[in-house]
Amino acid sequence: MRYVAPSTLEEASAFLVDANGNGRVLAGGTDLLVQLRAGMANPDTIVDVKHIDELMTIKEEADGIRIGAAVCGQAMGEHAGLNNTWPGLVEATELIGSTQVQGRASAGGNLCNASPAADSVPAMIAAGAMISVYGPDGHRELAVENFATAPGKTNLKEGELITSIKLPKPAEHSGDAYLRMTPRTEMDIAIVGLGVALTLDSEGTVTAARVGLGAVAPTAMLVKEAGDALVGSKLDDEALERAAEACRKACNPINDKRGTIEYRTKIAGVLLKRVAKIAAERAGS
Amino acid sequence: MAEKTYKWVGTRQPRPDGADKVTGRARFGADFDMPGQLVGKVLRSPHAHANIRSIDTSKAEALPGVKAVMTSADMPDMPDEMAPAGEVMVNLRDVTRNVMAREKALYDGHAVAAVAATTEAIARQALALIEVDYEVLPHVIDVDQAVAEGAPILHENLRTKNVDGAEDTLTNVAARIQFTKGDMDSGWSQADVVIEHAFTTKPVHQGYIEPHAAVASTTEDGQVQLWCSTQGQFNVRGYCAKLLGMETSQIRVTPSEIGGGFGGKTVVYGEPLAIKLSQKAGKPVKIVMTREEVFRGSGPTAAGAMDVKLGATKDGRIVAADLNIRMQAGAFPGAPVGPACMCSFACYDIDNINVVGFDVVSNRPKVAAYRAPGSPVAAWGVESAINMLAEKLGMDQLELRIKNAAREGTKTHYGPTFKDIGMAATLDAAKNSPHYQTPLKPGQGRGVAVGFWFNIGMDSSAACHVGEDGTVTLISGSPDIGGSRASLALMAAEELGVDYQKIRPIVADTASIGFNFLTGGSRVTFATGMAVVQAVREAIDELRARAAKLWEVDVEAVIWEDGCAKPAGSNVGDFEPLSLAEIAVNAGKTGGPINGHAQLNAQGAGPGFGAQIYDVSVDQDTGHVTVDRCTVVQDVGTAIHPDYVEGQLQGGVVQGIGWALNEEYIYNDKGQLENTGFLDYRMPVASDLPMIEPIIVEVPNPNHPYGVRGVGEVPIVPPMAAIGNAIAGATGIRMTDLPMSPPKLSAAIDAARVSEAADD
Ligand SMILES: Cc1cc2nc3c(=O)[nH]c(=O)nc-3n(C[C@H](O)[C@H](O)[C@H](O)COP(=O)(O)OP(=O)(O)OC[C@H]3O[C@@H](n4cnc5c(N)ncnc54)[C@H](O)[C@@H]3O)c2cc1C
Repeated sequence: MRYVAPSTLEEASAFLVDANGNGRVLAGGTDLLVQLRAGMANPDTIVDVKHIDELMTIKEEADGIRIGAAVCGQAMGEHAGLNNTWPGLVEATELIGSTQVQGRASAGGNLCNASPAADSVPAMIAAGAMISVYGPDGHRELAVENFATAPGKTNLKEGELITSIKLPKPAEHSGDAYLRMTPRTEMDIAIVGLGVALTLDSEGTVTAARVGLGAVAPTAMLVKEAGDALVGSKLDDEALERAAEACRKACNPINDKRGTIEYRTKIAGVLLKRVAKIAAERAGS
Repeated sequence: MAEKTYKWVGTRQPRPDGADKVTGRARFGADFDMPGQLVGKVLRSPHAHANIRSIDTSKAEALPGVKAVMTSADMPDMPDEMAPAGEVMVNLRDVTRNVMAREKALYDGHAVAAVAATTEAIARQALALIEVDYEVLPHVIDVDQAVAEGAPILHENLRTKNVDGAEDTLTNVAARIQFTKGDMDSGWSQADVVIEHAFTTKPVHQGYIEPHAAVASTTEDGQVQLWCSTQGQFNVRGYCAKLLGMETSQIRVTPSEIGGGFGGKTVVYGEPLAIKLSQKAGKPVKIVMTREEVFRGSGPTAAGAMDVKLGATKDGRIVAADLNIRMQAGAFPGAPVGPACMCSFACYDIDNINVVGFDVVSNRPKVAAYRAPGSPVAAWGVESAINMLAEKLGMDQLELRIKNAAREGTKTHYGPTFKDIGMAATLDAAKNSPHYQTPLKPGQGRGVAVGFWFNIGMDSSAACHVGEDGTVTLISGSPDIGGSRASLALMAAEELGVDYQKIRPIVADTASIGFNFLTGGSRVTFATGMAVVQAVREAIDELRARAAKLWEVDVEAVIWEDGCAKPAGSNVGDFEPLSLAEIAVNAGKTGGPINGHAQLNAQGAGPGFGAQIYDVSVDQDTGHVTVDRCTVVQDVGTAIHPDYVEGQLQGGVVQGIGWALNEEYIYNDKGQLENTGFLDYRMPVASDLPMIEPIIVEVPNPNHPYGVRGVGEVPIVPPMAAIGNAIAGATGIRMTDLPMSPPKLSAAIDAARVSEAADD
C-alpha cells in the first residue's frame, strides 16, 4: 500500500488515475481508516488531500461560501460567516462523531462515503449546495442531491475528486435547520435525518423551501413536494402535515438493524414538522 | 448508621492503580508481549447451527509464516459430567465444545479452528485457507421457540433434569427447577386483587471495554506461563489444566489489569487455545479478540421469558406470588435460572410463593455471568408486576413495597431466613430522599424498583509482608475490577494503624499466593478482605512478639495500638512504644522476616438490597426516553471506600439504563448476529445519562470484621423495571418486552392512541 500526499489537484488526480481504480482519497480518514482496519477497503494507493490548499480552506465569495472538501467539522463550526448564514448545515456537520472525530471528519468525506445516513448531506441538499469536482477532464459542478447513486456509490469517475462545496448566499429572511433521530443522544447513526432551508416574506409566509431527507432510501434526497407544500403557508398545521406526508411518501427504507420501515417513515414526518419550525424561527429573527 | 468510627475505613483515598491508569502505563491483557511471539487467530462458524463434516487445515499449514494450526482434535474430549475446575462445577464436555466446536457449530461465531502465524496478515490469510465442510441445520434463537415442539434440537444427548419421564425425549430444556413456600391455593383465596402478565428480556452483553486477550508461553519441559485479562487467574488455570490434560502446577497464570469484566471474564475462550498453539509451535502465542469476536463469541447474559402472577388483599398485603421463567442459556446448558428463581421474590415477605424455572439452550453464544446473573431478568417481570398491582390497588409504589418488604425473620422461598438485612432501611432512605420528596415536572413519570443479590464468600488467600523500612506489601489473588486494592489496603491500614500510603496492595499470579476464587459474586472486599484482615493480624501478632522479645516480657503483655507496640499496662514496665518501622528494621535480630498469611473459606456473606428511583420524560412522537433523574439507594454493609461503592452503584445503573432502553442482539434470518460493534449495539454514552445520585445505607454485616456486604451486583437489578415503571407513569403504557427502544415505545404509544380514539 502506497501513501502519497500531493499538494496540487493535478497531482492528486494523476495518482488516482495511476492507481487504476485501486486508489482512495484520504481526507479526515474517519470512514476510510475504519474501513481499512475492518478489511472492507484494500487500496493500493492512498492519496492524502490535506496538503492541497484549495481543499483545506473556507472562502467567502460574492455569491456564497465555498468550503474546501477536506475542511473538518471543527473548522466549519468555528467559521463565523458559515454560522451566520447556514447554521443548520453547521449543526448537521457538528453532529458527526465526537470531539475527536470533529477534528478530522470533513463534509467532502461525508459526501463521498455516500452513506444514506450521512448527517451533513440532507442539510447541504436543503441549502442547495453545489459540488465542485476536478478530474482528468477538468472541472465540473453538480448539485449535492445528484451526487450519490447508491449506498457507498457516487458518480465520481476514475481520477476525480471533490474540491469544494459551494453554498449559495441565502436571500433575506432565510433560515435552515437539521435534526436527526438516533436512539442514543450521540455516537449513533441517523435512523432519519432531515434538513430544511426556507425563506419568509415580511408577513412570515414561506416564499421558498427545500427539504433534504436522509437515511430512508438508498441515497439522501431532495423532497421537492415537501418544500412545495410549505411555500405559500405560514407553517400552519395543515401545510406542515402536507409536507410531512410528502416526506413519508418519499421514504423507501429498508428494515434493518437500525430501524424498521414503519418507524423510519413515521419519523420522517415528525422531523419535517420540527425542523421546519426551527428553520422558520431562524428565518424570522 | 455505622456506629464504629474508623481512621481509614470509610475515607476516600487515591487508588493504588490510579496513576498508572490515568497515564496509560497500566498493562492490560493485550499489552503483554514476548520475544518471538506469534499471532493467534480463531476461525469462527458463519452458521448458527451446522454439523461439521470435516475440517481440512492442510492449505493453511502449508502457508509460509504459519507455525501451528489447531482444531478440537488437538484437545482431549471430556466426559459429560460436572467436574470442578478452579472450584466452579462445570460440565467439561460442554466447556471444551464451547472453546472449540467438535461435531457441531452451535452459534454464529462459534470457534472451529485456530492458527498461529508470524504476522496478523498471514494469520488471517491462513484462516481463509481452512476448509470446513458444514452441513447447515435449522436453527433456533428465541427461548420460547426453542422450547416449542418441533424446534431444532441442539444436543442429541440432552435430557431435562428434574422431570420424571424425560429420559427418552429429545429436548432443548436442560433442567427444570422449582421453589415453593406456603400454600398457593390458600394464597389465591385470600387475594382481593390479582395481577397476571407476561414479560420478556433480551440477552445483553457485559460490554467491557477491553476485549479478551491472552499470551501463552510454553517450555520444552511442559511448563506454561499465561498472561491474560481475567476475573480469576486460578479459575483460568483450573479450566486450562482440565481442558488440556495438564497439572495445575504446570500452568502459571498472571492476571493483567482488567478493562472491565462484569462477570464475562470468569470463563475461558482464547486462553486454552493460546496454550495449545504455543505448545504446537514452540513459541509464545498471543490471541486478542476483536470487538466483533467479543460480540459473536463471548457470553452475553441470559435472557428470560416469564409469566408473573401476584395476589394481594385490598389493603396491599401480597398473599401469593407465582413466577414461571424460561431462561436462555445459549448453546450449552447453564442459564442462571437458579439465581433468577431465588432472587425473584427475595425482597418481599410473602407467605405463599411458587417459582418454576427452565434452563433452555438455543443457537446463541453460551451465556456468561453478568452482575447478579439472573436477578435483573426476574426483577424485570416481578417489579413491573408489583407496580401494576400498586396501580390496581391505588397505592403508592414505594408504600406497597415498604408494606411487603423482607425483614429480619423473613423466611425466603428458597430456604434461608434473613437476619440482619437492610431492605426496610433502604426503602425508608428512598422514601425520605430529596428525589422522592420532589414533585414531578409536567410530562414526567417516576418509577421505583427494588433488587436483591445474595453476595458470596468462598476461598481467599492473602499475605502481608512487612518490609525492612516498615512499609507493607499486601498480596492477594483477587483481580481488582472495582477498586478492591484500595479497599483492602484501607482495611490493612486500619488494622495496622499505619498510613494508607505505607501499604502497597498487589494482585499476585497463581504461583505467588494461595488459591483465590475468582472476583465475582461481590465477594472480594468481603472474603479477600477477611483474609487480608487475618493476615495482617497474624503479622501484628508477630510484631508484638518481637517487641516482647526486645522488652523481655510476655507477648500477652504487649498490645498493638496506633501503629505501635505498647506495654499492655503500667505494670509491664516503662517502655517507649515501638513503631512498626522500628520493629521492622531490627527484624533480622529478633527472629527474621515479619509476615502474615491467611487462607479461609469466608462464611456469612451479607445479602444485599437496593432501591432505585427514576424520573423520565418520553418524546411522545418518537418514543425516545430521557432519564432526567436517578437515585440509587443500597445497603452496602459498610462502605470501605465510598468512592468505589458509589462507582459500583452508578455503574450498575448505567448498564441497567442501556439494558432497559436500547441494548439487544439483532439476528438475521440465518441466525447471524448483525450488530457486532458499539455503533449498533447501543450501550449508553455519557450524554444519555443523568447525574446518578447514590445514597449509601449501612447496615453492617455482623460476619465481617468491618461489616462488609458486597455492593457490585445489586445495582443492576432494579433499573429495567424502575424505568419501565417510570415510562408507565409518563405515558400510561405498560411496556412488557425489553428493550424499550424508541421504535417499540413509539408503536405502543400509537396503538394506545388508536384504541383511545376508538373508545371516544
Ligand atoms: C466514531 C465515529 C462516529 C461517526 N459519526 C458519524 C455521524 O454521526 N454522522 C455521520 O454522518 N458520519 C459519522 N461518522 C462517519 C464519518 O466520520 C463521516 O462520514 C465523515 O464526514 C467522513 O469524513 P472524512 O474526512 O473523515 O472522510 P474519509 O474517511 O477521509 O473519506 C471518506 C470516503 O470519502 C472519500 N473521499 C474523501 N474525500 C474525498 C474527496 N475530496 N474526493 C473524493 N473522495 C473523497 C474517501 O476515499 C473515502 O471513501 C462517524 C465516524 C466515526 C469513526
